[in-house]
Amino acid sequence: MVTSVTSFGRSGLYDWFVQRASAVILLTYFLFLGWTLVSGVDYSAWKALFQQTWMRVFSLLALISLCAHAWVGLWTVFTDYLTQRLLGAPGSVLRLSAEAISALIMFTYLIWGIQILWSS
Amino acid sequence: MLQVSIYRYNPEVDVEPYMQDVEIDTGGKDMMVLDVMELIKAEDDTVVYRRSCREGVCGSDGVNMNGTNGLACVTPLSKAVRKNKLVLRPLPGLPVIRDLVVDMSLFYAQYEKVQPYLQNHTPAPAIERLQTPEEREKLDGLYECILCACCSTACPSFWWNPDRFIGPAGLLQAYRFLADTRDTATDERLGRLDDPFSVFRCHGIQACVNVCPKGLNPTRAIGHIRNMLLSRAT
Repeated sequence: MVTSVTSFGRSGLYDWFVQRASAVILLTYFLFLGWTLVSGVDYSAWKALFQQTWMRVFSLLALISLCAHAWVGLWTVFTDYLTQRLLGAPGSVLRLSAEAISALIMFTYLIWGIQILWSS
Repeated sequence: MLQVSIYRYNPEVDVEPYMQDVEIDTGGKDMMVLDVMELIKAEDDTVVYRRSCREGVCGSDGVNMNGTNGLACVTPLSKAVRKNKLVLRPLPGLPVIRDLVVDMSLFYAQYEKVQPYLQNHTPAPAIERLQTPEEREKLDGLYECILCACCSTACPSFWWNPDRFIGPAGLLQAYRFLADTRDTATDERLGRLDDPFSVFRCHGIQACVNVCPKGLNPTRAIGHIRNMLLSRAT
């Protein structure tokens, strides 16, 4: 049993499940957005679409999924390549910095996204 | 003449590893890579590698031949050689002791973690614990592993985290005991595997399946473990 405080859910199965579930949500969302764009949409129709509560909920769900998906994925990449094993002592500093910056960016985008979705 | 390039490193003499080029007369025969290594050793006895049974049973001579891991004793030149050139390197990802000999401690430590022995604390029957032929069949494709380390050292996840990811060889054995109807420690075994590294560093690229000299499929076994973890937790 290898534990880690920085993984998303501290269980490998949980992280794995979150990544799969969020992938399905993201695929559905982007297919829907793509279909909307391809079938022809003007500014007022686009705005009207995003003023409906269900679309805001769907968008927020996709945004949260994106953050969770990105965290699990990037955390895996960071713990593969930015390690003390590969880089010596600076490895852990680099990894924690990369994790902190990613978390900050994701958090910012999430809050900013909520603000955009519920404005107007 | 076959052009062979062999990885040389003797930490007592060499500052760093280097590739040594040698020409070997195979007499046009499609011999095994191990035979070529023996011919090289006959000319230069400072070349070091592990070997024992020379028939793919002991798993000692796992090496990297032209970029692909395999057992030198059961890999014919016709399969390994490209453009009359054979590059021999130690199994990647493990510390080199000398030439083609690697330190397998990390590999064995991961194997040990999965407790690769039958655990059953119920009173033993008079003769033996019986299985139906169907129950026994579940172990096929799992028990045949010879621990040559070709799979784990072909796995990038094992290269980056050999101390935390159990690796294909260890996980194949983990499933061998999870699938055994005579073993009663299934829940404890699964409990020890549910972390972000032990099993879940496998991303299913099947490099292990590609190189296994016994034709086993660790990726499938890992998939079974994941399904067992999933049905246990949902």
